[in-house]
Amino acid sequence: MSQPFAKLPAWADYGLLPLINLIVAFFVAGLVVLLVGESPIDAAVLMIKGAFGSGDGVGYTLYYATNFIFTGLCVAVAFHCGLFNIGGEGQAYIGGLGVTMVGLGLGNVLPWWLVFPLAIIASALVGALWALIPAWLQAKRGSHVVITTIMFNFIAASIMVYLLVGVLKPLGSQAPETRVFGDGGQLPGLGWLLNIVGFNMRSAPLNISFLLALVAAFAVWLLIWRTKLGYEIRTMGFSPKAARYAGISELRIIIITMMISGALAGMMALNPIMGAQHRMQLDFVAGAGFVGIAVALMGRSHPAGIVLAAILFGMLYQGGAEIAFDMPNISRDMIVIIQGLVILFAGALEHMFRPSLQRIFQRVGRGKREAAAAVATGGGQ
Amino acid sequence: MEYLTTILQLFDSTIRLSVPLLLACLAGLYSERSGIFDIGLEGKMLAGAFAAGAAATWTGSAYAGLLAAVLVSVALGLVHGFASITHRGNQIVSGVAINFIAAGTTVILGQAWFSQGGRTPSLPNEARFNPINLPGADAMRDVPIIGPIYYELISGHSILVYLAFLLVPFTWWVLYRTRFGLRLRAVGENPAAVDTAGVSVPWLRYRAVVCCGVLCGVAGAYLATAQGAGFVKDMTAGKGYIALAALIFAKWRPVQAMFACLLFGFLDAVAIRMQGHPIPLIGEVPVQLMQALPYILTIVLLAGFIGKAIPPKAGGVAYVKER
Repeated sequence: MSQPFAKLPAWADYGLLPLINLIVAFFVAGLVVLLVGESPIDAAVLMIKGAFGSGDGVGYTLYYATNFIFTGLCVAVAFHCGLFNIGGEGQAYIGGLGVTMVGLGLGNVLPWWLVFPLAIIASALVGALWALIPAWLQAKRGSHVVITTIMFNFIAASIMVYLLVGVLKPLGSQAPETRVFGDGGQLPGLGWLLNIVGFNMRSAPLNISFLLALVAAFAVWLLIWRTKLGYEIRTMGFSPKAARYAGISELRIIIITMMISGALAGMMALNPIMGAQHRMQLDFVAGAGFVGIAVALMGRSHPAGIVLAAILFGMLYQGGAEIAFDMPNISRDMIVIIQGLVILFAGALEHMFRPSLQRIFQRVGRGKREAAAAVATGGGQ
Repeated sequence: MEYLTTILQLFDSTIRLSVPLLLACLAGLYSERSGIFDIGLEGKMLAGAFAAGAAATWTGSAYAGLLAAVLVSVALGLVHGFASITHRGNQIVSGVAINFIAAGTTVILGQAWFSQGGRTPSLPNEARFNPINLPGADAMRDVPIIGPIYYELISGHSILVYLAFLLVPFTWWVLYRTRFGLRLRAVGENPAAVDTAGVSVPWLRYRAVVCCGVLCGVAGAYLATAQGAGFVKDMTAGKGYIALAALIFAKWRPVQAMFACLLFGFLDAVAIRMQGHPIPLIGEVPVQLMQALPYILTIVLLAGFIGKAIPPKAGGVAYVKER
């Protein structure tokens, strides 16, 4: 696309523009709140109080954020390669299988610090394998990865329902879930971390996988901007033609990228399964894979942005649950709307405000230059 | 005779179950043939179903419900168009956004307006599309073989069912025998050529998106006011995606789309019927396998075992006029 206007400065491109998009998204969400007869401002105050007002609020906010960091990174890595991995939901769901196998098998035998790395490997591996077939189909047959990953979401859901109501359910139990893992399959909480900051967390399930998520975010930054593979991934994303010309194997890059993406989604399963419930339950992903799309778009596919966006969405999740007590008309489905609006304004309509912003900057820039010119000529006389 | 009745009932529910798929699939066909990918079929259908349920509750008229469904669905379609045609945004991102907005809004508004946990009140028969008995169905009922087929299978559906199947030849005619259809196919393959010929690419694509919205609205109205009696939370349950799969299966052609939708509807009907009934020799097939079968079949097709599905060439790419 040709750019008729001056390039925006970086802070406007990466800070101001996303902020404007976000504000518009929340403005429209506020209209929906008005439509159901509640005050958007009261709702916002309740939400922030619910999310950050107590130690447990913060704990839950960061707990949800952990999920969204993983799924956001999953979407972002694929974005850098020009792929849209919509299958984070299914990859995370299937990844739970890896965590569960390790947790059930070794939870009673080994201590948690030995089970944890094994569970990380297992979940990442299973998630990566679930992304492999869509990746292969994209690279080899050119079938759109969006379509195939959607299909794989449904197939994953069917498999997991089948396993959870059949094979994995303990005898005599009615609920579609596995048995509780042994002590080794349970991750330690992060209450001490919040204590340092002065919050007292009692029942919130924030656990050590939050730190793993931050490590993963850093690792993704390293991978994308500091390694040869990352360079190849970005080249492919910018211009597949240039990548081909440079001798980068399309097949290899697509498959590796999608497997990394799937592995990140699979690791998300650690948080709810080993960190919070200590067993695998039906539908434990609960839409986090899809939230990842909004998080990645909002965070502009940069790990730092993703962590911030994930915390914002964690706040929406936790605060949204709190609002529902006081405003029965607003349930957690409000978050789904906000998620949709963020995807619309930060994703599909991301360029809507760009031309007008560029015009403003151009005018301001010209004004400054003229002023500078006037000063310069004035000084010469 | 016993067998014939069972088979007829199976085919009958196949038709009922494939109608929303068929409508959504044809909707996607108009949009994708013009080069606008539409992941948002699901959301438009869902919003349409909610609008139909709500409007039929208030007015007591199924046709008012249908109108509301079409209007809401077209409005969402125009949002998709605004993002992907006017602002050249990513079409898939925009479709995903529409799905979420529809999924959330229907529940929130449903709860606020009707306080029944996100569903609309149960509709009386007057506010629904009721089965139509075709002329002579009762008289022919006792004629062997043809009688039951006519009575059970062909007669006794709501008007939307007949509309859906009539839309198949109609779409074929529009696509391959009208000027609009020719341009629609051209703009999906080579928009630059259409532009050079002096035809507006955005205007053509906007019209395609509106066609898509209308059909998704009808599909939603069918779900809420013909198949069901009111809107239920998440009532499309992935039908929009199955329709998308059917569209690929049919390689973006209307008649084949009908057969693909009938196939997927048939799988659904069999899955419902087989629950708890073991098949001889194989044993009981898990329901989940039957439910996943449309998706698995699509993957197999995409893997190239059945033949290559080639989408419209300019699909998913925003058109930029050269400066």
